[in-house]
Amino acid sequence: MSLTASSRVAKRAILARLNRVKLPPIEKETLSYPRWKTQDEQLLTQRFIAGLSANHAEVICVNSTEIAATLTQVLTSKAYKSVVLGCACDETLSDSAANECTAYHCEKGEFYAEILAGARHCDLLQFDSVVEDFKSRLFNEVDAGITHCFGGIADTGTLVLWPDRAEPRTLSLIPPCHIALIKRSTIVSNFAGMMSEQAWQEKMPTNIVLVSGPSKTADIQQTLAYGAHGPSQLIVILVEDR
Amino acid sequence: MRIYPAKPKTVYFYGTCLVDMFDPEAGLDAISLLEQQGLEVIFIEKQTCCGQPAYSSGYTKEAKLVAQNQMDLFVDPWPVIVLSGSCGGMMHHHYRRLYQGDSAQATVEKFCNRVFELTEFLVNVCRIKLEDKGDATSVVMHTSCAARREMNVHVTATQLLNQLQNVELKIPAYESECCGFGGTFAVRHPHISQAMVEDKTRHLSETKAAVLVSADWGCLLNINGAFEYQGQSLKGRHIASFLLERIGGK
Amino acid sequence: MNHSSKGPEHFHSQAKAALGDPQLRQNFRGAMDYLQDKRKSAFHDPVEEEKIRDLSEAIRQRCLSKLPQLLELLDTNCTRNGIEVHWAENSDEANDIIARIAQRHEAKLIIKGKSMVSEEIELNHEMAKLGIECLESDMGEYIVQLDGDKPSHIIMPAIHKNKQEVSDTFEHHLDNFTPTLDVDELIQTGRTRLRQKFYDADIGLSGVNFAVAETGSLCLVENEGNGRMCTTVPKVHIAITGIEKVVEFLSDVPPLYSALTRSATGQAITTYFNIISSPRKSGERDGPLEVHLVLLDNGRTQAYQDADMRKTLQCIRCGACMNHCPVYTRVGGHAYGTVYPGPIGQIISPHLMGLDKTKELVTASSFCGACAEVCPVRIPIPDILQRLRTAAKNPPEADMIPMTGQASAASTLESLAMKGFAFAATTPTLYHAGTWSATKLKGLMPDNIGPWTQCRTSPKFADNTLHQLIKTRNKKKGETS
Repeated sequence: MSLTASSRVAKRAILARLNRVKLPPIEKETLSYPRWKTQDEQLLTQRFIAGLSANHAEVICVNSTEIAATLTQVLTSKAYKSVVLGCACDETLSDSAANECTAYHCEKGEFYAEILAGARHCDLLQFDSVVEDFKSRLFNEVDAGITHCFGGIADTGTLVLWPDRAEPRTLSLIPPCHIALIKRSTIVSNFAGMMSEQAWQEKMPTNIVLVSGPSKTADIQQTLAYGAHGPSQLIVILVEDR
Repeated sequence: MRIYPAKPKTVYFYGTCLVDMFDPEAGLDAISLLEQQGLEVIFIEKQTCCGQPAYSSGYTKEAKLVAQNQMDLFVDPWPVIVLSGSCGGMMHHHYRRLYQGDSAQATVEKFCNRVFELTEFLVNVCRIKLEDKGDATSVVMHTSCAARREMNVHVTATQLLNQLQNVELKIPAYESECCGFGGTFAVRHPHISQAMVEDKTRHLSETKAAVLVSADWGCLLNINGAFEYQGQSLKGRHIASFLLERIGGK
Repeated sequence: MNHSSKGPEHFHSQAKAALGDPQLRQNFRGAMDYLQDKRKSAFHDPVEEEKIRDLSEAIRQRCLSKLPQLLELLDTNCTRNGIEVHWAENSDEANDIIARIAQRHEAKLIIKGKSMVSEEIELNHEMAKLGIECLESDMGEYIVQLDGDKPSHIIMPAIHKNKQEVSDTFEHHLDNFTPTLDVDELIQTGRTRLRQKFYDADIGLSGVNFAVAETGSLCLVENEGNGRMCTTVPKVHIAITGIEKVVEFLSDVPPLYSALTRSATGQAITTYFNIISSPRKSGERDGPLEVHLVLLDNGRTQAYQDADMRKTLQCIRCGACMNHCPVYTRVGGHAYGTVYPGPIGQIISPHLMGLDKTKELVTASSFCGACAEVCPVRIPIPDILQRLRTAAKNPPEADMIPMTGQASAASTLESLAMKGFAFAATTPTLYHAGTWSATKLKGLMPDNIGPWTQCRTSPKFADNTLHQLIKTRNKKKGETS
């Protein structure tokens, strides 16, 4: 039997067994649970930074004029030589239809000039081809990957990434260090609120990733160790844009 | 949270089969405590066992027979005071489950709702005030799991002990952990049960308390048996006897 | 040391062996103390804890009440998103599906993120028969796989080992490894050895924490990043999950996710939360070119038939029940001989494997209720265990569909004894005669009454029963008044 045919048989049998139980569908509950919330921008930022810091991320607050210098300082202090970035000011991208390029940053290439300036002393790789052609360098040559963020969640100290063609998924995953730029104005109180206010369910992209620190594990004798399989360092550059 | 009735004039007393056979004095002591609260205490001669042994072994039908038989004995709408959190849990919580979807469900619910464990009744219904007349001593308490998690009465038992001015209450490590009794569990899985009761007795004796009290004779059979086997002098007694003694009622 | 077990039929001997291993017991006690503390601090506000548990329970019950409809919607929406959906009634079918996908791609290496369902179908073993290597990449799973062993906990698979034992495992199985007790070094060893494997693997396989029907999305919860690697780097991603993992709305995810991480490891949030809604789209530069979702029944529809047992399917696999179980704490995960150990394992395994194989497991609980007290979706585990005990001892009621292995623990002797008990307890004269003679003939009580007296003295009957004392007391009262 073909894969689809046997799957269809299984589907019919499973659903038949489930449907044998006549259950009245339960209406959506009216319950809620306490979610951390604030209108106070200072509190919001404080909690965001505290959460990330508690989870071993480094957070640096800057205004937009300081990005380049800060980046240079970070890269120099860590002695990073090779850095990979997306193709945020790829001309072909900004011409593409808006719905094809869901991203929040790629059309404008926000802070792109600053990033280029800040990392000018490093080998700069641009993630501008499919991963198959880029994989070897990504795995073997790169010290850090730089991305923007879709937003931030203050409650838990979380970066929200919507990887896309301009800034692919592996950019924040494979290099040993992930440097993330996040705008102050994109930080909201909590995850549930962000999801519902922005109606994510109507426009789910290929992939969404929430990042709340460098990769870690406590699998050996409950001892926390960083740098399991993802980046061992997460550096967040928080840009004041208000 | 349970809503408690106003203090009645009369209550039924449910001794439980373990107290009946192993510590009947505790039954009398509990009755005295209730009588001192001005209550008329009715002991129905025909009461036997709540049916928990059959229930927890998977013999639901047999358990239901026993449950029905016991419930039929308590015809008047008075509270039924049970001398064990575990049996109380059976009668308050599991009798309902036995009658789920049964035509008698509503009647059974009514019965379940008038089942109270002794300490919760003394605290929440009688609002008892204890005057400690004993010498200074220290006590450690073991609460059965059913009493704790089905009846939430570790709180009331603690409140009673805390009313005793000359009694220092010691808290053992792993206080809320099971002693390993579990009825037939202790016999079906003797090695696991042994590991549990050995830990429990160690934690209790490490408090160096002079007295061990509990409101459950199931756990006390287990814990006292283990203490005696180990040659230790600590011996648990029913909280009712301890309380009565402290207020000079004995 | 390999702790692997022969199966749940051997629970007694496996438990006994575990109890006799002081190092193992220390490892589990230490780990459970740690996890209990972590959970406690994550729910420092009891009001908040109750509210999130109420909501989580309600969400899971709502989703289960519409399970067939939601599964069809999930299928439709995943397919629309370009995810290929496959249905499997049992392990054989699930393995067949994965094998055929692997063969279509001439795959030699499957790199795996954490998936208990893949353990359930013994994927690694089945693929090995076809010459396909499955490599575990979760650090704990990797250690366990090197040992040729199985996970002893659903969240922390290598929890039965301390760092010395992990170093020993590495020394035994890895070339050029210098023994160390430095956990960072041990982890870096795992990272380095596995990195090339992510690069080389033809297929990445993962589990699913929540499958969202509304959007056709798969949610994965993790800390290590291996889950992201498995679902991003290889050209093909296969996700496998039980049919119960579907939720209705995307908005159901945040509360369940919070309940999960706080209950499991006491984390407010995990390092990564990964929502996958489609394979790589045209123009995108990475991500798998194919995404497959395998939906597995394997006995879950049996649990669904019964109102009590259906609650088993509310589980979100946090492991809090085992972390708080006094039995699990002492015997560890391997003793159960099932993929899912501890309380949740005791109530799900009878559906996956049959009551005949698991009848000893359903008795291995003192009904202490610690599991239900912490369950984030409020599964009444002891009540369900009681139902399973009944099903193991008795034939089904007239209107019930029999469970696999129903009545396999039926014992004529015990059944007679229980009938005798019920008769005595409903016949006061007989009961009184029994208790009276127990107290009067207590001198005849043997000192050795089987397993009870291996660590306790025999119970001491009183001189008189309460019934007798009250009679005397009432008589006295009558005389004085």
